[in-house]
Amino acid sequence: MERVEFISEDQSIIHEDGTRTETMMLNMGPQHPATHGVLRIVLHLDGEMVVKAVPYIGYLHRGIEKLCEHITYQQCLPYTDRMDYIASICNNIGYILAVEKLLGIEDEIPQRAKTAEVILFELGRIESHLVGIGTNALDLGAMSAFLYCFKERERIYDILETVCGARLTTSYPRVGGLPLDLPDNFEEVVRNFLKIFPKTLTEVENLLTRNKIWIERTKGVAVISAEDAIDLGLTGPALRGSGVPYDVRKATPYLGYENYDFEVPVANEGDAYSRYLCRMEEMHQSLKIIQQAIDNLPDGPFIADLPDIVLPEKELTYTKMESLIRHFVIVYEGFKPPAGEIQHAVENPKGELSYYLISDGSGKPYRMRVRGPSFVNMQALSKMVEGSLVADVIAAIGSLDIVLGEIDR
Amino acid sequence: MSFDLEQAVSLLQKEFPQDILDIKEYRNETTLIINKDQIHRFCKHLKDNLEFTFLADLTAVDYLEVKSPRYEVVYHIHRFGPDCEENIRIRLKAELTDDDPKIDSVVSIWSSADWLEREVYDMFGIEFTGHPDLRRILMPEDYKPYPLRKDFDVRNREASKESFEKALEDGVD
Repeated sequence: MERVEFISEDQSIIHEDGTRTETMMLNMGPQHPATHGVLRIVLHLDGEMVVKAVPYIGYLHRGIEKLCEHITYQQCLPYTDRMDYIASICNNIGYILAVEKLLGIEDEIPQRAKTAEVILFELGRIESHLVGIGTNALDLGAMSAFLYCFKERERIYDILETVCGARLTTSYPRVGGLPLDLPDNFEEVVRNFLKIFPKTLTEVENLLTRNKIWIERTKGVAVISAEDAIDLGLTGPALRGSGVPYDVRKATPYLGYENYDFEVPVANEGDAYSRYLCRMEEMHQSLKIIQQAIDNLPDGPFIADLPDIVLPEKELTYTKMESLIRHFVIVYEGFKPPAGEIQHAVENPKGELSYYLISDGSGKPYRMRVRGPSFVNMQALSKMVEGSLVADVIAAIGSLDIVLGEIDR
Repeated sequence: MSFDLEQAVSLLQKEFPQDILDIKEYRNETTLIINKDQIHRFCKHLKDNLEFTFLADLTAVDYLEVKSPRYEVVYHIHRFGPDCEENIRIRLKAELTDDDPKIDSVVSIWSSADWLEREVYDMFGIEFTGHPDLRRILMPEDYKPYPLRKDFDVRNREASKESFEKALEDGVD
């Protein structure tokens, strides 16, 4: 492709032979099926080639960080669902772990709760990757892969529904463990899923991995080198697709991930196809983790015995005065972590999600900062698409797997 | 080169004896408070000589009426180490006063700081000197207040009401 020099003032291009052409501005979004939410990208085009791409975000901004400064720690939990709503259970668990670290009670959490959280976290990862791959394929015209993915995602929603009653916005675990014990058929539904899902995964793989059209639309598209990926702060499959094996589950394990046998898939090309391969293999690894977790799911307590933090049993609240008072105090004032600050990172399906919490010793967070993977990953879009074709912008957005709820917060 | 967090901190202390104002440890996390005028030089040293190649997060905190100076800009910087096996993370803080909320940008060191600094500017009104494109990112361009400042009134958002009324008056083109 011909080298061009972009001049920002009058949006025109001076070519090497001295001729001057003007670029065309094309507004993509904010309402466009391929932007995965309300994302606006202003494209400056030279023919069909993208000279410059400027994303505009903020259409879904709700000020979650500000809202959380005015409510207790428990009340923040439902807001975390509404960030990455594709895998809300992962956001929930990430937040709960951060609060537990702030309270310094990580060691008190019962093993049953931790193992159940690992299972749910990995189900959330599969769910998110299914949507990521499905919509990426749909944007590029492969409708059938999308339908297979969404059929399986429905099964994960069914499992979440049996566990917590909600499908999309789960708000599920509590600080200290699980609010109720897992349902009796939990093991059965998870094992059932483990039996059915690999078949569908193979079907999706058969539809895409060696599909000539899919390969031509994604291979060599939206390439980002390892150095650039680190420099731009990419995490998750977007970073591992460029050959950097960074995964928070291995780097700084939480929930006992160091005890599970799994691998961190890495691909080296740094293009959309590599990111797709990483997501595919990650789903296989997640299945492996879920299998190990469900085989070792212990019986016993499901919530920590911490009367200052954990609500008393419902039965006791209804029958005992002391429990009612305790319930009232925890709900009304919230538990009070000691003054201090922590950052806790988890490996969300889309990358590193970290919460930076500051406590001033009261029942409300003094500051809650969310470092969402999509927000930082989104920055790479301009670099990925400049110099490529308009149609590749669609492939690039899909392969980054962003969710606007978390970018805008 | 391989080292742990403790060694990294002592190397930094040797290199910047004047500019590390305080070191704090809490829940196994290390926080260094840095002289804000040296933040660019400090970060450049971290990246070039100690291989802290990954800026994990950049944000700010407003301590209105809690302490002075009022603002803190907070950096979380990560070092992967060989084969991503070391993984040490350090937190830097630079304190900014209310009447001069300005600090050097680190975009030239880590490109990922671009949007993160824009967000801090958008939410706190902290200016990053040397940022290539410092403008609002999440809030509308004509929005005046800085929402994450502690003196922002959540219940009475006058400015947004104003811009809403103005939009009603102007009508739709």
